[in-house]
Amino acid sequence: MIVVPLIVLIPFASAFIGLAVGWNRLAARRVAVVGAGTALGLAVYAAVAVWAGGPSVEIWGTVPTGWIPITVATRADGLGVTVGVMVTVVAFAVQVYSTAYMRPEPRYGSYAALVSLFTSAMLLVVFADDLVVLLVGWEVMGICSALLIGQHWERPEARAAAVKAFVVTRLGDVGMLAGILVLADLTGSFQISALQESAVASTTLTVGLVLLLCGVVGKSAQVPLHVWLPDAMAGPTPVSALIHAATMVAAGVFLVARLDSVFLLSPGALAVLAVVAATTMVLAALAALAQDDYKRVLAWSTSSQLAYMLGALAVGGYTAGLLHLLSHAAFKALLFLGAGVVAHAIGTTMLSGMGGLRRSMPLTYLMSTLGLAALMGLPPLGGFFSKESVLAAAEEAALHAGPLPPWAAWLVLLAGLFTVLVTAAYATRAWLLAFRGPTRSVSATAHDPPPPMRFALVMLAVPTVLLAALAFMPSVVVAMLNPGIGVLAEPAGPSISAGTAALSLALVGVGALSALAEWQRLGGRDPAVSLGPVGPLLADGFGVDRLYEAAIVRPVTALSRLVVAGDRDVVHAYVRGTGSAVRALGRVPQAAQAGRVQSYVTAGLAFVVVLALAGAGAAWW
Amino acid sequence: MVVNGQVLLHVALGVPLVVCIGLAVMPRRTGDRLAPWAGVAASAVTLLALLGAAVLAGRDRGGHFRLVTDAAWAPALDLRWHLGVDGISLPFAVLTALLVFCCSLYTLRVRPEAGRLRAFVAIVLLLEVGMVGTFLALNLLLFFLFFEIVLVPMWFLIAWWGDPHDQPGRTTAATTFILYTLLGSALMLVGFLVVHAQTGTFDMVELAARGGEGISRGAQLVAALAIVGGLAVKVPVWPLHSWLPDAHAKAPTVGSVLLAGVLLKMGSYGLVRVAVPVVPDGVARLAPVLGGLAVVGIVYGALACLGQRDLKRLVAFSSVGHMGFVVLGVATLTPAGLNGSVFAGLAHGVITGLLFFLAGAIKDRHGTSDFDELGGGLYVRLPRLGALLTFAAIASLGLPGLAGFWGEFLALIGSFEPAELLRRPYFLVLLAIALVGLVLTAWYLLAVVRRVCQGEDTIGPRLAVLGDVTPHEVACWGPLVALTLLLGLWPGLVLTVVNPAVQALLAGASL
Repeated sequence: MIVVPLIVLIPFASAFIGLAVGWNRLAARRVAVVGAGTALGLAVYAAVAVWAGGPSVEIWGTVPTGWIPITVATRADGLGVTVGVMVTVVAFAVQVYSTAYMRPEPRYGSYAALVSLFTSAMLLVVFADDLVVLLVGWEVMGICSALLIGQHWERPEARAAAVKAFVVTRLGDVGMLAGILVLADLTGSFQISALQESAVASTTLTVGLVLLLCGVVGKSAQVPLHVWLPDAMAGPTPVSALIHAATMVAAGVFLVARLDSVFLLSPGALAVLAVVAATTMVLAALAALAQDDYKRVLAWSTSSQLAYMLGALAVGGYTAGLLHLLSHAAFKALLFLGAGVVAHAIGTTMLSGMGGLRRSMPLTYLMSTLGLAALMGLPPLGGFFSKESVLAAAEEAALHAGPLPPWAAWLVLLAGLFTVLVTAAYATRAWLLAFRGPTRSVSATAHDPPPPMRFALVMLAVPTVLLAALAFMPSVVVAMLNPGIGVLAEPAGPSISAGTAALSLALVGVGALSALAEWQRLGGRDPAVSLGPVGPLLADGFGVDRLYEAAIVRPVTALSRLVVAGDRDVVHAYVRGTGSAVRALGRVPQAAQAGRVQSYVTAGLAFVVVLALAGAGAAWW
Repeated sequence: MVVNGQVLLHVALGVPLVVCIGLAVMPRRTGDRLAPWAGVAASAVTLLALLGAAVLAGRDRGGHFRLVTDAAWAPALDLRWHLGVDGISLPFAVLTALLVFCCSLYTLRVRPEAGRLRAFVAIVLLLEVGMVGTFLALNLLLFFLFFEIVLVPMWFLIAWWGDPHDQPGRTTAATTFILYTLLGSALMLVGFLVVHAQTGTFDMVELAARGGEGISRGAQLVAALAIVGGLAVKVPVWPLHSWLPDAHAKAPTVGSVLLAGVLLKMGSYGLVRVAVPVVPDGVARLAPVLGGLAVVGIVYGALACLGQRDLKRLVAFSSVGHMGFVVLGVATLTPAGLNGSVFAGLAHGVITGLLFFLAGAIKDRHGTSDFDELGGGLYVRLPRLGALLTFAAIASLGLPGLAGFWGEFLALIGSFEPAELLRRPYFLVLLAIALVGLVLTAWYLLAVVRRVCQGEDTIGPRLAVLGDVTPHEVACWGPLVALTLLLGLWPGLVLTVVNPAVQALLAGASL
């Protein structure tokens, strides 16, 4: 299908065109919105074509390397087109929203172009059938996110966050690069479908997959490479929506899903993934509990929710994990765009500066309530069903034989249940502090946003609610997400376990009610103060940043100073030494060795040149 | 009219030489007036001639030499006028011609501060003859001759037209450069003589076909030590790099661009073209050491950049790291590694050439390239220049999708699966260290963007008179930006040309 490369190339082209016409705001806006809209239309077309006509892989060319050639191949299958539609929907909403949100920005042109390039890179990841081609999209996305996080580079925290985001994710990416080499060596091809067709269980396969997971851990902000995500909140809010919902962090989950059938061959790699997911799930949710910045609450919740998806993939819940990816994309984009509306209206994202916004911003209140309820997992929203199907998949793997060791499945299940409790508590806390309670002075003058921003909110609210319907149609989900090529067994549909669902609903109740009770007991003040001395530790993200600062950043910086000094004083010293020795000896007529070498060389050189010319002259004559 | 390929190669070498001599004998005032345009015209002819040669030679993608001329020159010395191109040398020659053309175009408007235009242009053209000749030569002595021609003009470029703010510094830099590299070439010549003593020929084609046959194991090692050691100065391989930062930082913009863009590649090209095919056994025995030094250079260069306080010195030091990948590729003795070495060399020429143009433009506008004196806020002061610097920095950190990535990737592939006679676990360790280097590289280049481009503009008003990127600069830098994108998005464009030649080269060396 020629459509598939077009889906990638159209946002790519609109990035360049947008950059060229960036001085003209109106033109830049049109290019950005039309580009994203066209990509959405084509993605929907491709989705319909694939669902009706089946998957396809197409090879557009090969690049020789002297080893295994790189195949420029695209792949359109159920997984790809579904995620493709998700990406383009969110990207379109973000571009429309940004036309209003970024109106006062002097640098709208380059901003919109970067968002287009970002979208294009994610779509390349989604439609690539070659690991090296995928890596191109993967890293281009990384640099776009770094540049967008640094959009407001006048602020020091934005500058620092941009560098941090790229360097930390690149740390994972170099592991992934090694993993790609290992996997390609195993199958003799960089092509993903070839890998899926010929992979067999082996230790080398596990090594390759674990290395590949390094990249996933970095991109999807999992422990221990999660540190870039909370800081990335320094970027403009629509960018946060894009990064957190449909691109960047979703790419990690997508890659594991893309290689699901290969991961299922390696219980070791799945166990590693399960441990990472379980740890991140719990720690990130706890950290979200004590943040004062509303956007940082949402950032930590992203890490935690992505861990659900990766946990689902680890326990063999392919459709459950992807269903959660879809519902999370909808409600998280909704939440971020809602947070952006609030920031736009009152000039801050600090919860301590909000309160009582329900009266002045009714639409935003309603939309954010929907989003937070979906995050908590309240029925009948999409978030409830997708989270329950993740827990059911973990339960299935824990109680019956799963693709990974039972202890790892238990770990995911227990961490998942505990996280339900904490999530309910932090979501309730944020909701109370931002929208309920007495109206603050700044909040009184706030109002709902202009039409483009409203449109984007409502556009995302629809899937937040309606995705729930998919939970009742497991066979449709399977058909929709079927990877098709190179996969032997058809994945199981998402299901919900009544027992676990009842338990997790009870946990939601406990979490939400305890936050509410503390809030009322404290008379509308932050319930997080009840955490006592633990609060600041959680707010600080367990001090991991400071640990890295002390253990990595400072030693490397010190080492670099040492190298600079050493290069000047030690390595170059022998050069200077030889130089002055030569010069000193040169003054002495009976020069010793060193002086002679130089004269020999010079004389020899002159000799060669003269002889050459003489020879040429002789030949001429 | 049928265009003869050999003629094109001679045009490429002859026109700059003739124009150079013409300028030298011309009266000074006429010369100064004519020189910039003469430089542009001569370098344009060379570029077109080599592009024409590429079209003629490109039809046949076999691994052998094309457009060969082989005539006796000085039979007593076994020096022959033996020229030709293959998939390895042609891209380097075209890159050289392109960079010289960009530099000549640049000189039209941005005149060297020290004046003496006639001499400046003549020297740049003489440089071009040496550089292009090095890539075309197929006789070891001829190779050496061209290799040497480059040194003296470069000395003049640095010593006469170098940093106007630091006269003693530029003289020292120029002298260190010439002494150091002269010593290196002397060593290389010794290696060539050893080869000649054993085989009785300087013919590179014949020597490559023999694959070291007829040279005893001991002699191979001695010759390889001398040749690789000599070239390692030029590349430079750590720890022989210490001539480089000063020479690059003190040279005028055009000098830095050509030094980084082409001169370093003459070293790495020599490794691929001469060392590996002529004395394969000797090189194989040195390969582990060479690979080890290469990855030390990668990490060392990155760390040195992280602690650097001057933009031009930083770009200079970044070459140490990037050339580390170029050398690592050679040390793996695999097709992928050699492809990587060639590709990384080309990409480094384009990207670092661009970076030096930008660093030079920044230095010209501010009178300094020191980070503290520059302050931040280039985005505020000169937004287009800032955006271009960001682009070049991102390309330099090896982002997939831009030219810098593929060569490094191929070199890594090489060390993932090195030639069979090398020890794989050792090269896997090298691979891991190189990967750490990649992370550090990203770190320091983004730190440059953060320091120079972003942040507050502390020296703004003083520079109100100096404009942003001019159309003239766009014309000079545009080809480099376009090539960075083109090679990054379609590496096959070059690799389909390089790969057959590399395969043939390694087959001849029977490695």
